[in-house]
Amino acid sequence: MPEVFAVVGAGHCAGQAAASLRQQGFAGDIVIIGEEPHVPYQRPPLSKKFLIGELPLERVYLRPPKFYRDNNIELLLDTRVVALRRREHEIVLADGRRRHYDKLLLATGSSPRRLQVTGVDLPGICYLRTIADAQRIQPHLRAEKNLVVIGGGYIGLEVSAVAAQRRMRVTLLEVDGRILNRVAAPVISDFFVQLHRQHGVDIRCNARVLRFEGSERVTGVICEDGRIEADLVVIGIGIAPNTELAQSAGLPCGNGIIVDEYCQTADAAIFAAGDCSNHPNPLLQRRLRLESVHNAVEQGKTAAANMCAKGQRYAEIPWFWSDQYDVKLQIVGLAAGYDQLVQRGRMEEGGFALFYLKDGVLIAVDAINNPREYMACKKLIPQRLRIAPERLADPTVAMQDMA
Amino acid sequence: MMAKVTFIQPDHRRRTVEIENGYTVMQGATANNIAGIKAECGGACSCSTCHCYVETTWFDRLPPVEDEEAGLLEFAWEPKPTSRLTCQLVVTDELDGLILYVPEQQL
Repeated sequence: MPEVFAVVGAGHCAGQAAASLRQQGFAGDIVIIGEEPHVPYQRPPLSKKFLIGELPLERVYLRPPKFYRDNNIELLLDTRVVALRRREHEIVLADGRRRHYDKLLLATGSSPRRLQVTGVDLPGICYLRTIADAQRIQPHLRAEKNLVVIGGGYIGLEVSAVAAQRRMRVTLLEVDGRILNRVAAPVISDFFVQLHRQHGVDIRCNARVLRFEGSERVTGVICEDGRIEADLVVIGIGIAPNTELAQSAGLPCGNGIIVDEYCQTADAAIFAAGDCSNHPNPLLQRRLRLESVHNAVEQGKTAAANMCAKGQRYAEIPWFWSDQYDVKLQIVGLAAGYDQLVQRGRMEEGGFALFYLKDGVLIAVDAINNPREYMACKKLIPQRLRIAPERLADPTVAMQDMA
Repeated sequence: MMAKVTFIQPDHRRRTVEIENGYTVMQGATANNIAGIKAECGGACSCSTCHCYVETTWFDRLPPVEDEEAGLLEFAWEPKPTSRLTCQLVVTDELDGLILYVPEQQL
């Protein structure tokens, strides 16, 4: 009997892991089990080019369906896993069928946090995480209609940008004192507020949603300070890791499924990777959970390598990006804990970079229309360098000369 | 229509794949599991992990490098004058026979 490596989840991480298993030379059986009807696909375009209709569905797929046939990777789609029987090395599917595994990768991803207020189940109130979610929103992105976006994170801002470009009347409600509060400095928040206002988006901070109005469909959003007309509501208030399966199988969890630097859980036959994993990062010197494509891809590879007993450690500096209108924001590192900010360049000159320092060490950058600074920081940040702030701020000092 | 594109690995292994017109070379590489093309951002011109060196005689026949790509390439892993991001190369009949060298690393 050939060895069976199973992957639960069929997102970016799962797709990468399956491809990497073959690149690692694994010749046994691979099965990917996913709840959605799609082959593994990219989520970033769902709030960008796919939502606005510039990218056809087949281009959202990570690899064409043919890839899985050619590489002998079985896809069990539209299929929910309800339990893991670890002692028996079995996966239990919703219809009662059982599948054997020798090694298992949990790439279960994450799900949108739900808003708990009256009326939230009305038609016309959407979350955005899957292709189906995006397809549900798409027909309602119509000029002159009213969109209320709840949550001033990247998803909310990207959806607002798409809708504004479709000439909708957009109101964005943020419960905090400023947008992007968890992830960026006030300079960046202010920049995006200005950008969206230029495109007619009404951004309101300290705005708490009390309930939704409507009978057949949502018609209004009631906040502490009044009512906002709504034909469509998109909620983007963060995501939570899908750990139920791991938890009910008795695997240690806590803000994600707990793994070591090899993406291995407490059970040596079970690995976890991507959004759902709580992992140590030696470069950041702490344990964390990340919601990003880069993390999904790289952990997918690390898990695949270690399922093939290659002993590969995960040590990556995270990076992210966001596209809004004609602005490209590129981020390296995690800004949390910074004690100094340095700005290089100005928006009037086409773009700028905001460097985050902690104890004089460069820990993160937000680069706006500034690919050079972004790329340079991908090399600089892992080195934990002390760089004089006045040099970072001086555009006449080339980024190549910072190290 | 399809174009044949050849990828040469640092250890000189070659693989020729067929990519449909309208798709990018990067998409063709990932669809065929070409090693060394990470393509992490999926073609959004937001990383540099689909970087390749273009065979010299082919380089001038490609569409020019836009500033966004140039910025990423400058800091890619060991860039050369013939460096390109394969996500920015859309396959047309003219690209049939294209030869690319995969770098030893991606950043």
